Amino acid sequence: MENVLEVKNIEKYYGNKSNLTKAIDNISFNVKKGEFIGIMGASGSGKTTLLNCISTIDRVTSGTIRVDGKDITKLKGNALNKFRREDLGFIFQDFNLLDTLTVYENIALALTIQREKPDVIDKKVKEVAKKLEISNILEKYPYQISGGQKQRCASARAVITNPSLVLADEPTGALDSKSARQLLEIFEKLNKELKTTILMVTHDAFTASYANRILFIKDGKIFNEIIKGDDSRKEFFEKIIDVQTLLGGELNDVI
Amino acid sequence: MMLFKLSLKNIKKSFKDYAIYFMTLILGVTIFYMFNSIESQEAMMQVNQSQKMIIELLTQLIGFVSGFVAIILAFLIIYANNFLIKRRKKEFGIYMTLGMGRRQISKILLFETVLIGIISLGVGLIIGIFGSQLMSILVSKLFEVDMTEFQFVFSKDAFLKTCIYFALMYLAVMIFNTISVSRYKLIDLLNAAKKNEKVIIKNPIICTIIFLVSCGVLGYAYYIVSAQAYTLTSFSKIWPVLVMGTVATLFLFWSLSGLMIKLVQTRKKTYLKDTNMFVLRQINNKINTTVVSMTVICLMLFITITILSTALSLKNTMTRELVEMTPVDINLYKTASLPESYVNRYGEEIVYTKEQVEDSRESVQYTLENAGFDMSLLKDVVEISTYTSPDLTWETYLKDVFDGVKAQFPGLAYGTYELIVKESEYNKVAKLYGLEEFNLNDNEYVMLCDFDNMVNIRNKELQIDGIITLCGKEYIPKYKECKSGYIMMSTSHTNTGIILVPDSCPLTEDMKEQQILIANYNANTDEEKQEIEDLFTRDDSYLIQNLDKNGIDLEGATRISIYDGSVGITTIIVFLAIYLGIIFLISSSAILALKQLTESSDNKLRYSVLRKIGADEKMINRSLFIQIGIFFALPIVIAIIHSIFGIQFALSTMSGIADVADLLSSIIATIVIIGFIYGIYFLATYFESKNIIKENN
Repeated sequence: MENVLEVKNIEKYYGNKSNLTKAIDNISFNVKKGEFIGIMGASGSGKTTLLNCISTIDRVTSGTIRVDGKDITKLKGNALNKFRREDLGFIFQDFNLLDTLTVYENIALALTIQREKPDVIDKKVKEVAKKLEISNILEKYPYQISGGQKQRCASARAVITNPSLVLADEPTGALDSKSARQLLEIFEKLNKELKTTILMVTHDAFTASYANRILFIKDGKIFNEIIKGDDSRKEFFEKIIDVQTLLGGELNDVI
Repeated sequence: MMLFKLSLKNIKKSFKDYAIYFMTLILGVTIFYMFNSIESQEAMMQVNQSQKMIIELLTQLIGFVSGFVAIILAFLIIYANNFLIKRRKKEFGIYMTLGMGRRQISKILLFETVLIGIISLGVGLIIGIFGSQLMSILVSKLFEVDMTEFQFVFSKDAFLKTCIYFALMYLAVMIFNTISVSRYKLIDLLNAAKKNEKVIIKNPIICTIIFLVSCGVLGYAYYIVSAQAYTLTSFSKIWPVLVMGTVATLFLFWSLSGLMIKLVQTRKKTYLKDTNMFVLRQINNKINTTVVSMTVICLMLFITITILSTALSLKNTMTRELVEMTPVDINLYKTASLPESYVNRYGEEIVYTKEQVEDSRESVQYTLENAGFDMSLLKDVVEISTYTSPDLTWETYLKDVFDGVKAQFPGLAYGTYELIVKESEYNKVAKLYGLEEFNLNDNEYVMLCDFDNMVNIRNKELQIDGIITLCGKEYIPKYKECKSGYIMMSTSHTNTGIILVPDSCPLTEDMKEQQILIANYNANTDEEKQEIEDLFTRDDSYLIQNLDKNGIDLEGATRISIYDGSVGITTIIVFLAIYLGIIFLISSSAILALKQLTESSDNKLRYSVLRKIGADEKMINRSLFIQIGIFFALPIVIAIIHSIFGIQFALSTMSGIADVADLLSSIIATIVIIGFIYGIYFLATYFESKNIIKENN
């Protein structure tokens, strides 16, 4: 299957010659179409920097990132915005919904800024809302709905444009466990039914266990990679815990 | 010293944030200085005697109004300052976590206020000093003075006054700052940025109803002030209309936001295009939270537009009316048929000298020649007499409608004798003035009256019968209404009534009330005319000296004196209107600008979300521009609609019909002034907002 994302030898340095920090130290990996990949690592491991580089919010110091074969590290100005608008979908930890807009409008906004036709917009919003089980709250404002509903609304906004890649940054970080499970089930559904490619960054083992493949990052390098394969989610979850223990888990940060 | 450095750095760093604050302060100082320096304008040095008095009055009034202006500016400055403080809550929070006390924070603010104060005062005064030179040109135009040589003027009084007033304002700001800093809680300071606005949702049906009702009420108020304007004769009748307009405006803004969303939502093509949805919600939210200030700003703009355009056109209209009302150079009159003595109403006996009594039997021309005046200095001389009869007063004239009229206007002097003039004599005057001449039968008379209120009263009687009895003979009115006409010149139509009778009417010598001489100066140039004028008006002229010596009272009105007086009054009105208008304009624009900036800084997060989901800078700037544009346009559009009716009403009450061309030119002038100041604030707000929402990558 073709690669949606090809990350090749990327490095990201902060600071200057006398005081250099390598946030990303030579990372390479590929993501195939229809994959649900998780990236795990403790805070400070470089996983957010990696996500920022892929989402073009930040620039790499060296190396290339290709999305659908295009080298996005070379993009500038409007081409960059166009790429973000059309090829990427974002899901954030704190939802990032516009509080003055209704759920319907929040979802539709992703399409209107792409200058999609009005009739198409209406149809698409209703379709995706049905899939994400938020049809009944379309006319509500963000402050009137629960955190789980908010995140599903944000997910709807991310996938409605049919992006090549959906980037999720700690999507369950602000949710209680029940809502988190619901959301992850929806991710699974999107991934299976719509063949949406999802790249999810998390530090939570349970959340990560919904992915097909997990990359572990430590000190800016890929430390380990595990694939779910035919394992059940429970088995996969235990594998993740094993790797985390190997990594030193969260304790490393405490020391 | 460290605190001082901190203040200095703060100002430097946040100079962009302070731009609108600075601009408002500088504009305030400039305007304040310019208007207070009027007294020492170069043009003022060249005006004549009667205009000097007007300028003294103007200076006094401007001094008085300046107090009011200072209060407005003080509130504005405190408001603007408060906005800046709010934006810096987090900064203060950090200072406090570092162990800085409230007192030290107050000190930082104190230094900042002093610095900003000194800079803005300095810049404002410099601009003001140069700006006041422009003012000279305006002054010379209004007073119709030729400014042959230009001289640079600096007014020390205005300078000191500006410094003192603004020092007081800054002091108020300092006190206010100290109080507000002492009230802050650390936790609120640190969390200030995180507070989320609550979205107000309105029922669209209620919105629609309220919108329609407010439109209806506004329409009714418009109808009253335009079509029914003549019923609004006193303030007690006007203020309900004003209250109606104000409340309707408030509810209009309240309902407009909810309605707007519903309306646009039905037009899917507009609604689902670009960031329109977002823009719409932003505006909706903004109007919702600022209904009251929007209303206040709208009304201030309405007042500004109305007073600026009416005051400017009033000047032109009055000048034109003056030309009409002063057809000749001079009117002179004296009391005729003086008795040898009489007892006045205080019981004192007034005795007239033999010369006085004799002179009163003679013509004005006789008096003039007697005082050594050369009659060849006058041309087109017409001399007439007016008569009165104790049998014919306002009360006896209005006999049929007297009770009703008295109930309506209890203050009128109903005992006043009616003035009577002979047909042939009046026709001579009418011919000279270019007025309508009359031809009467032996039993007819004509009522001449052009003072609006009296015309209304007299017409009531004329429509019933209007028959009068004079010297034992009955006269019927030739017309069932008053005709316009007058004998004495004045600044406006003030003839309260003259009865024109046929020459056959047996009026006797002792019924003579006044002897009136009407003439033009026999001169070609303005200088020659002024020389003759001086003979009549200057206390030291030989004519006045000789008249005084004989104790003879000769009164009069001259074209030049009427002109000067009137020009002065309109000038005062124009000056005060421009002064207040500009201050109102600055205040409303500044409040709008600050409201928008608060909004922009609160909404930083929203724009970053837009960016993250792929909206490009062009789109974001466009949405910001539309938002600010609508926010600025809304109050001024409604204010313009209000003022269309306001101007009409103001003109109809002040001076009848204004010339369309006059009105147009003054409206254009108003648009230029408002467009300039409002436009500057709009642009400054747009660029500053753009700056605020910019991501610092």
